[in-house]
This record gives sequence, C-alpha cells and structure tokens, in this order.
Amino acid sequence: MQRIRLLKDRIARKLMLSLTIFSGLIVFIMAFGLYQRSRPILAIKPLNELLFSTSWQPSSGKFGFFPFIMGTLWVTGVAIFIAVPLCLFTTIYLSEYSGARLCKWTNPLIDLLAGIPSVVYGMCGVLVIVPLIKDHIAPFFGTFSSGYSVLAGGVILAVMIFPIIIHVSSEVFRSVPAELREASLALGATKWQTVKHVVIRKAMPGVIAAIVLGLSRAFGETMAVLMVAGNVAKVPSSVLDPAYPLPALIANNYGEMLSVPLYDSALLLASLVLLMVVLSFNIISRIILIRVERNIR
Amino acid sequence: MDRRYAEEKIFRSLTFASTVVIFLTLAFILATVIAKGISYMNLAMITQTPKGGYYLGKEGGVLNAILGSLYLAGGATFLAILVSLPVVLYINIYSKKESKIAAFTRFSFDVLWGVPSIVYGAFGFTIMLFFGLRTSLLGGIITVSLLILPIMSRAIDEVVRMVPTELLDASYALGATKLETALKIVTRQALPGIMTAVLVAFGRGIGDAASVIFTAGFTDSIPYSLFRPAATLPLAIFFQLGTPLPEVQGRAYASALILTSIILIISVVSRALTGRFTRHVVK
Repeated sequence: MQRIRLLKDRIARKLMLSLTIFSGLIVFIMAFGLYQRSRPILAIKPLNELLFSTSWQPSSGKFGFFPFIMGTLWVTGVAIFIAVPLCLFTTIYLSEYSGARLCKWTNPLIDLLAGIPSVVYGMCGVLVIVPLIKDHIAPFFGTFSSGYSVLAGGVILAVMIFPIIIHVSSEVFRSVPAELREASLALGATKWQTVKHVVIRKAMPGVIAAIVLGLSRAFGETMAVLMVAGNVAKVPSSVLDPAYPLPALIANNYGEMLSVPLYDSALLLASLVLLMVVLSFNIISRIILIRVERNIR
Repeated sequence: MDRRYAEEKIFRSLTFASTVVIFLTLAFILATVIAKGISYMNLAMITQTPKGGYYLGKEGGVLNAILGSLYLAGGATFLAILVSLPVVLYINIYSKKESKIAAFTRFSFDVLWGVPSIVYGAFGFTIMLFFGLRTSLLGGIITVSLLILPIMSRAIDEVVRMVPTELLDASYALGATKLETALKIVTRQALPGIMTAVLVAFGRGIGDAASVIFTAGFTDSIPYSLFRPAATLPLAIFFQLGTPLPEVQGRAYASALILTSIILIISVVSRALTGRFTRHVVK
C-alpha cells in the first residue's frame, strides 16, 4: 500500500515535470516550426529585400512585405495615440479619485470588454465607424475615403486594447505605496499634484510596460482589422487611406497560398516576423513588470 | 493658489470624462450588437443548418456554427485542463516556491499569452502539415487549446498560489504524499477559482476566429467527426458579413448576437461561481 502510494507520487511527479517542461518550450517550438516552414523563401531571397521591398506579386514570385509592415505600424500607431491618454486618465480616475466601491463595478465590465470576440468588434466597426468616416470625417477634411481606412482600424484597435492597458496600469498604480501619497498630501499638494509628481513618477516603468503590452496586442490583432482596414497593398500616406496590416495578409490568403509556389512559405515567414516582434515586446514589458513587483516587496 | 485648484478641477473632470467615454464605448458596442441582431433573430437561426442557397438569402440557420464552436471550444478547454492543471500543481507543490522552473514557466505563459491568435493559427497549420492532417475539428481543437493554455494556466496559478501553506503542511503531517495533497486538498480548496479560469478560457476559445481560419475550416453541416472540417460562429459572422446581400448580412448580425450572448452568459456564470462550490473549501 505504502509503496504503491509512493510510486504513484513519483510517476505523477515525472509526468507533471515533463508537461511543465513541454509548456515552457512551446514558444521555442512555435518559433522553430515557423522558421522551418519559412526557410524555402529565405534560401532564395535575402531578408532585407523581403522586409523592405514594396512589390507584392506572389504569382510572379515577388514578396515584399514593406506595405504590410507599414500598414501594421500605421494602424497600431493610431490605436496607441487614441488609447493611451484615455486609458491613463481612466486608470487615474479609477485608482486615485473614485473609491474602491466603483472599481467593484468597473472591473467586471472591463473584463467583459476584454472578452468580446474580435469579430464582433470588427462588425461594430463596419456598422458604425466605417460609415462615420465615409460620410462625415472624410468630407469634413474635403477628401474622399471609402471609410475602410487606417483610422477605422486604429479606432477599433484602440477600443480592443483598452482593457489590457487599464488592467495592467491599475495594478501598477495599486502597487504605489499609500505612504507616498499621504506624504505628498500632508505637504499641502493637491490630489492632482500628488498624482502628477508622485504617483505617475513612481508608476512610470509599469505604465510603459502596460502600454507596450497594449501595443503588441494591437500589432497582432487580426480579424477586426481585416474587416475594417480596407486591405490595399500600398503604403498608406494618411489616416484616411486604406491599409493592409500583416496579420490581415496572413488570414486573408489561407485559401490560395498552397497553390502558388513559395506563397505559404512567405506567409509563414510573415507569421514568424509577427511572432518575433510581439515576443520581444512582451519579454521587455514582462521583465519591467517583474522588476516593478520586486521593488515593492 | 487658485491656479492649483483650477488645475485640480480640470484634470479631475478630464479623468472622469475619459472613464465615462470608455464605459460608454462598451455600452454602445453591446447596444449595437443587440439592436442590430434582434431584428434578424428567429428560431430558424438556432435550430437549422444552412440550406441550399443560404448565402443567397434562402432559408436556414447557423446551427452548424453554434455546435461547431461549442465542440471546438469544449474540446480545446478539455485538452488545456489536462495540461495546465498538472503544470500549475507541479510549479506550486512539487517545485520549491521560488524555484527557477516555476519562475520560467510563469514567464513563458505570460509571454505566450501575448502571442497573437493568427500566429497560433499559422503554427497550428504547420503542425497539421507535419502530421498530414487536413483542416478538421481536431486541428482546430489542438490550435485553440494551445491558444487558451496560457490564459487558463495563469488564472489557475493565481488561485492555487493563494492556498495557505498551513493547509499543505497539515496534509503532509498526516502522512499524505504530494500527489494526494495536490489532488485532494489543493484542487478542492481552489475549485471555485479553477472553475472560473476554465470558463474564461472557454469564452476566449469560442470567440477566436484567426486561429481556426487555417485549422478548422468551414462547412455547412454539423460536424460529426474529429477529422472533418467544422464551422465556427466567428467565421460564420465573418463570411456572412462579407456577402453583398443585406439579408445574409442581417444573419451575421443575428449570429453576432448569439456569440455575444454566449460570452455574456459565460461571464455572468463565472461571476456567480465565485461564491459557489465552496463546500470543500477551508476558510
């Protein structure tokens, strides 16, 4: 009896350890798998040309990712530009001004916002934002736009990254010791001065990490952007131009990629590039967050 | 002196206004989905599969996609539990609290959590090429289980970490092995949190489209085998919205309402669960 129990324990330990090691290695397996599949194209074209050439004609063997990379950067840039101030102010309000009572109500709502599927966001974008841009915003600036544009993609992405930026930066704000605030208030500073000079200064690294996490989320978001950004393989020159972000390119061509030579290899290389960029963003911000956490303890 | 108070007032109202904007956006999205969806909603949508000419506005519903999504997310959640529970129990009970492997595993889950779902889709596709699988329910399940693994593991880890050390010590003192402690004490103590984590992961799995587009494919019939393609709700919405016909687009709105309702129900249930299943919990 005793022996069987110990044996079970030992077997379970080995099994659990191997599962743990496996799950720690998933990232590497992913990168390796995608690299293997993208080798055929890397073998004949230098990475430089692939990343910085603007001609995209898969049927004649030209794979230049530059328009797609620029599309992603534009859309992500607009999203960050909209989301960062809104999210920071909201976080300040929720963690500094309003009491804990309101947070009890708002936290589940923010979680809900995070849980809405990206297709539903995309649909709302098609229904509301695209017509808005087409009928009101573009005419206001005296130009024409179909509505499917960098701006539409950016607005939708901004809404999609609200939850993560608010969530992470709230946690960072919460980790700023109350004594610091009290000391500042006791010296006669107003609440806003305390926030500006004490809390934000202390929370800065964590807030940057939160923004970078939001950025990487926006960078890789696919379906919603695919639905509203217009998908024209040209480098956009204004926010009212259509864009074709990298993730949308991958998702849009799954059907034909096996029939054109090197096409699948090119798309999996695009996934690899996406993975690498997002991984480095994530690793940086997680390291900052771990440091922040350690400083407090 | 006055300038300081003016500044205080301005920024206070600015922060308040931003908060209002963010929550109004959420309300607006939900209102749009409900208002648009309800006028196209009917019984056929949830009880029938697409009939011939469905995408030209003829009769039918999206039962294939509803069931496909439930099977897919269900299967993926099951697979993810099989991996994440042992991993979390290992890093919390077998390995030492501050060990390198625990820290590394947590870190890699955090990083995996940020990997976009399209990359999971592309990776799932390479796995399927490697094993010679075609687009199928199984391929979708494997890909989505990888996608939700980090979400589930980190959420379970949060609750298992909170289990008091005294409880573990009491169990060891009575002569229980680590395995017995893990299964009979820790999982019971953390059960409400584990349930919530599982539901959250299920919700994430059912709503994801980019990862299944390569791997699960799409079909108009109800999936009956793991090796056949399966339709999913997010893709059904995407495809129907892409057609030029207003009736079919209307069905996309109705499908979005169905999907959003499933997500809402999951989120309400998981909130309600927090206080339940506490029969075995030592307070």
